[in-house]
Amino acid sequence: MKTILNGKQLAITIDRLCHQLIENHLQFENTVLIGLQPRGIYLGDRIYETLKKLLPGTAIHYGKLDITFYRDDYNKGKTLHVPSETNINFSIENKKVVLIDDVLYTGRTIRSALDAMLDFGRPASVELLALIDRRFSRQLPIQPDYTGRTIDALISQKVRVLWEQRDGKDEVILVD
Amino acid sequence: MSLSVKHLLGIRDLQRQDIELIFQTADQFKEVLQRPIKKVPTLRDTTIVNLFFENSTRTRISFELAEKRLGADTINFSASGSSVSKGETLIDTVNNILSMKVDVVVMRHSASGAPHFLSRHIQVPILNAGDGINEHPTQALLDAFSIREKLGTLEGKKVAICGDIMHSRVALSNIYCLKKLGAEVTVVGPPTLIPKHMAAALGVNVSYNIREALQWCDVANVLRIQLERQNTPLFSSLREYSLAYGVNRQLLDSLNKEILIMHPGPINRGVELDSDVADSGQSIILDQVENGVAVRMAALYLLAGKKQELV
Repeated sequence: MKTILNGKQLAITIDRLCHQLIENHLQFENTVLIGLQPRGIYLGDRIYETLKKLLPGTAIHYGKLDITFYRDDYNKGKTLHVPSETNINFSIENKKVVLIDDVLYTGRTIRSALDAMLDFGRPASVELLALIDRRFSRQLPIQPDYTGRTIDALISQKVRVLWEQRDGKDEVILVD
Repeated sequence: MSLSVKHLLGIRDLQRQDIELIFQTADQFKEVLQRPIKKVPTLRDTTIVNLFFENSTRTRISFELAEKRLGADTINFSASGSSVSKGETLIDTVNNILSMKVDVVVMRHSASGAPHFLSRHIQVPILNAGDGINEHPTQALLDAFSIREKLGTLEGKKVAICGDIMHSRVALSNIYCLKKLGAEVTVVGPPTLIPKHMAAALGVNVSYNIREALQWCDVANVLRIQLERQNTPLFSSLREYSLAYGVNRQLLDSLNKEILIMHPGPINRGVELDSDVADSGQSIILDQVENGVAVRMAALYLLAGKKQELV
């Protein structure tokens, strides 16, 4: 087991990602944030909270998207995924969408997320924010626009992102 | 997580966690059905046949909508106008359909146990859409799902199942489902329409007094009088039945509480249920129908992937 980001580094990284978002989206008038279920929403929640602190008085739209029914491995002999809540109570039509997930690995989740998202409308543009980018492991041509940390990891290794409210502490670790 | 069964033949075979998994999945499908595009591509590689050897409006449309909204291809079969009338056996009919690469069977049959029999001879998941007077599992699931939606939980709730218990597959499936989820059940109706030993066999209360049962319960599920299944008359007339066991406004107003009214449809208006009750705010009959699609989507989603395990 190896620590990729400790609690302090994780906080700094999230702050930096938020500033990068502000740099590109200024007042978020035409931008919406969408966290991907089940694990991306913890990062999404944190980014949403930080942005509200950094931009007091600004209305920021933030939703949660579950991609279970859009996966490409249903019926492929793997265990069935139990769906989580989808909650997008705003229109994404002509909006700039920022998809938020914790770990970008093969890119298949993001492919599913793009399909799922398009059923809610036609956004003006879509960007991807990932806390951890496991580079050289993509199976689809998908790249992040905002990255917390880029890492190299073996297929046998797993990246685990721990969150205070769920796991008792903030940390990103690499498990063998 | 996955279901402990490979077919949905009856609630009797399910564990409590199976039912909870179906509900949890149905919650998300219910959200899908509120979207502008009420459809997901999950079962786009799956073909489903709806084999209806017996008439149906709601269940058939509900299953077909559920299948289409999961992205599946569907084919519909009804016994009338098919080779069944030329004497083809059930297994032959189904095997011929399956040889055209069908992945899931949804079946309604007038013979109790028909889907159970079929499940021993074919290698695809079967969903029972009602077999004779045995079970109608998806109806019980959508009924319990609708109660859970209104009351938050089934645990400790009191449900009265009223009317023609003897001929009702909805009653039997409901009893299994409600008991597994921790609800208390009373069946109420004329003694001729309640099977003997029901209380001992299924752990339900039996009552012959509709007013007492309604006063006791939180939810009343009023069943249809199934004249088509009664070979010899079991009560003297529909008018007498309605007077003794019909649920009407006057009866509900005489209770000191407001209960939820359910009915699996089709309603014999003025017999088991009066219009001013069926169409009132207490009635969740149309919620039941709406929830039926989401619950059937959940059952199909959780079972269609079981095909590999059966081959």
